[in-house]
Amino acid sequence: MAVPGALKRLAAGGTHFGIVAAFTIFSAFPFYWMLITTFKRTSDLMNRTHNPFIYNEPPTLEHLRVLFAETLYARWLGNTLLVGLIVVAVTLVLALPAGYALARLTGRWGEQLGIGIFLTYLIPPTLLFIPMSRVIGDLGLQDSLWSLVVVYPSFTVPFCTWLLMGFFKAIPRDLEEAAMIDGHSRFGAFVKVVIPISVSGILTVVIFSFTLVMQEFVYALTFISTASQFTVSVGVPTFLVHGDVYFWGSLMAGCFIASVPIAILYNFFVDRFIAGFTVGAIK
Amino acid sequence: MDSVDLSTKEGEFLVLLGPSGCGKTTLLRMIAGLERPTAGEILIGGRVVNELAPRARKIAMVFQSYALYPHMSVYKNIAFPLKAQGVPKATIPQKVEWAASLFGIEKLLQRKPRQLSGGERQRVALARAVVREPSVFLLDEPLSNLDAKLRATARDELQQFQRRIGITTLYVTHDQIEAMGLGDRIAVMQGGKVRQIGTPSEVYDEPADTFVAGFLGSPPMNVVEAPDALIGFRPEHFLPREAHESPAGLTALPFRITRVEYLGADRLIYGVLEGKFQGAKVIARLPSTVMAPVEVGRRYEFAVKEKDLKFFATATGLRTPPRPL
Amino acid sequence: MATLEGDARAAAGARAGRLGFLLDRPEWLGPLMIGPAVLYIVLVVGLPFFLALYYSVSDITMGSRTLGFVGLKNFVSVVSTTKFQTSLKNTFVFAVVSQVLVMVFANVLALALLKDFRGKWLIRLLILLPWVAPISLGTIGWLWILDSIYSVINWTLQALGLISPDNWPMWLGIPHLAMGSVITVHVWRLLPLATVIILAGLTSIPQDIHDAAAVDGAGFWRHLFQVTLPLVRPIMLVAALFGLVFAFTDMIIIFVLTRGGPYDTTQVLASLAFFTGIQGGDLAEGAAVALFLFPLLLAVAVVFLRIARRTEVT
Repeated sequence: MAVPGALKRLAAGGTHFGIVAAFTIFSAFPFYWMLITTFKRTSDLMNRTHNPFIYNEPPTLEHLRVLFAETLYARWLGNTLLVGLIVVAVTLVLALPAGYALARLTGRWGEQLGIGIFLTYLIPPTLLFIPMSRVIGDLGLQDSLWSLVVVYPSFTVPFCTWLLMGFFKAIPRDLEEAAMIDGHSRFGAFVKVVIPISVSGILTVVIFSFTLVMQEFVYALTFISTASQFTVSVGVPTFLVHGDVYFWGSLMAGCFIASVPIAILYNFFVDRFIAGFTVGAIK
Repeated sequence: MDSVDLSTKEGEFLVLLGPSGCGKTTLLRMIAGLERPTAGEILIGGRVVNELAPRARKIAMVFQSYALYPHMSVYKNIAFPLKAQGVPKATIPQKVEWAASLFGIEKLLQRKPRQLSGGERQRVALARAVVREPSVFLLDEPLSNLDAKLRATARDELQQFQRRIGITTLYVTHDQIEAMGLGDRIAVMQGGKVRQIGTPSEVYDEPADTFVAGFLGSPPMNVVEAPDALIGFRPEHFLPREAHESPAGLTALPFRITRVEYLGADRLIYGVLEGKFQGAKVIARLPSTVMAPVEVGRRYEFAVKEKDLKFFATATGLRTPPRPL
Repeated sequence: MATLEGDARAAAGARAGRLGFLLDRPEWLGPLMIGPAVLYIVLVVGLPFFLALYYSVSDITMGSRTLGFVGLKNFVSVVSTTKFQTSLKNTFVFAVVSQVLVMVFANVLALALLKDFRGKWLIRLLILLPWVAPISLGTIGWLWILDSIYSVINWTLQALGLISPDNWPMWLGIPHLAMGSVITVHVWRLLPLATVIILAGLTSIPQDIHDAAAVDGAGFWRHLFQVTLPLVRPIMLVAALFGLVFAFTDMIIIFVLTRGGPYDTTQVLASLAFFTGIQGGDLAEGAAVALFLFPLLLAVAVVFLRIARRTEVT
């Protein structure tokens, strides 16, 4: 009796391990491949007889040097950081009060409005970028990072308002009411009590907005044409490829550096984003 | 909430007592300014405060959850209302010290709320409420988060403290033991209405209607139906005939016992009346000093003193004058 | 109402000034606090949206200063092109196939991740990478993996003896392979989101229900198909909706991998709108193409609203 049971458990364990391993490799392989390629000599990369999984020639830092010294990569990182920080600030200024109002002040019509705001998150750039390019041109923001600052909150604000609304709803009402009795106005209670105890929620919104800014591609591609004004997600695919010449080493280095650190940070907050995505579908 | 008319005396400890959903917390929140009444006036210190924000009403409130600010130390929690009201900076530390010493929490000032026990949290909440010397003190079931043992001592401390500082206090609870033990007066509420207001002995001994009669006391007053009235008597007044000191002025009620619960200090006797109130289910509460034997299934001669019988109108449930049975 | 005539001391003067009134009343403060966000969304999302509607019935181009009304001419001329018809078909193939795969894989993976095992946090991090990394950069990784000359996939297949050295497939150069590649990358990109959403749903099922099913004698498959999956169905719907929106409207993967080629076999509405409107400079036709996405999104929004309403009731 014991032997078949053990065998069955072993088989189940093996299947489980196989599934997890297969999907992990599928997901992570491109990033592993970026990392390997980053340190490979071009002559090693461009030889079909070489085993691509190992270093047939000694590793090199040449691609990293080229990336930072001979391309605008560092500049693009800087641009992304700058736009990211401003967009995060704008998002907080708009979404914090809006989220609080939806959570506490607006009652029935606020609920409808909240769903409406959330739905605008589903309107994709693809639908809006054509008229937007014209508007940006008329505003004289063509080719400027400010065009991104103006437009990016359009996808950070709706989702962040929604996320923050959830956070604020979870705060016991008693705390704000105590603050109101203790001598603050409703708004004062929001500033002095609600915001300080929502630090983790605010941090979530900061990370989420920043990730979205880093990922954005369509607007930046549409509005900007000068290399020095690009963000990293557009600069790398458009300007590190000259005609048909691909600098694979530098390209992969650029992708890896801009992808993995933010992903690690994001990982700490992922459960909260999911809570936002799933609205009320789970109890 | 429906046509509540209630007024307090200076320095009084008034308890709002009622089952959950009776509107007692809503009433308290209206007084605090957290909810707006649709009609009527609220006066504090002779002034109509309907249009005033909570912070302008000179009240303090202790919440059921205590609502301590989790991101602030105990000191900052207590100082918070002072800062919010623009009390001069120099006087804040001494006021906080005073409030803390009132509740013996001087040693906890640097801790965060999450590092405190339930009893300590409650004291901090009280200190935070009292520090600003309000003219009215509102308490919303402040003891319900404490365990049973702590609750008894907290009740005692609360009452001593209230007597000492003499602030008018409104206390909401659904626990009749708290209400009887703490209140100078008790307002019994139900369905958004005040059913009766009076001292603990008034509401217990002379209930204004069948709701109050049935809500107070454990087990509650027995109410049996006579042809033209409802008749109530407390279980502890419903004793074997021989247990009464004198046979004069007694109303006899033959009683068939169906169940006996032994509670140590008392015995609860469940059964049905026979004779005039045939079939009415009632309960008797026999103190352990009454040695009379009681056996399940047998019929005994029980009796109630005439003065302990309360009469209520059948239709309205309101109290009516006593009359001979 | 209540009268508290306890204290003779005059209450401190109300500090509420005229502005304080605004800051206290929910009916004033609410709109005041939500106003800026709503105003911004109306200006930056609502206005361009109506402009898109307007452009689609005009003859606007990148350089033109005036625009005239041309009715449905753009739609008519767009719909009649084979480019558009292929793109429309591709959009559906691309979105539906990738979503079906994503939902199947996500369920399998989420069930596997439900179990606790050592190093789970690392596995979760690795599985999330494709979702968090900028899509354009992740896709470049794939561009290199699928390279026509140095593809690691081809090298591996050859090493395993499955293909010969002179016969390496051009993953992005042959119509069906190109579509397959684009779909694969899309599945890769959307799998993490769907997985964690479904995982959240699975974790929210109370252990009691699993215990009850076990006590009632349900075997693995019965348990899975009659207890677990029905319970996560609402949340699977949410995952599928988000996936569909992303799949229908995404152009980044196609822009980076194939630019719609070869011969428009991977062109979708989103990329066609970009190439027509921005690179071709014909804003009017581009807007018309993009607007074909709208009914689709509307349908998604309606389903979403129904979910939201239903959860409100329960």
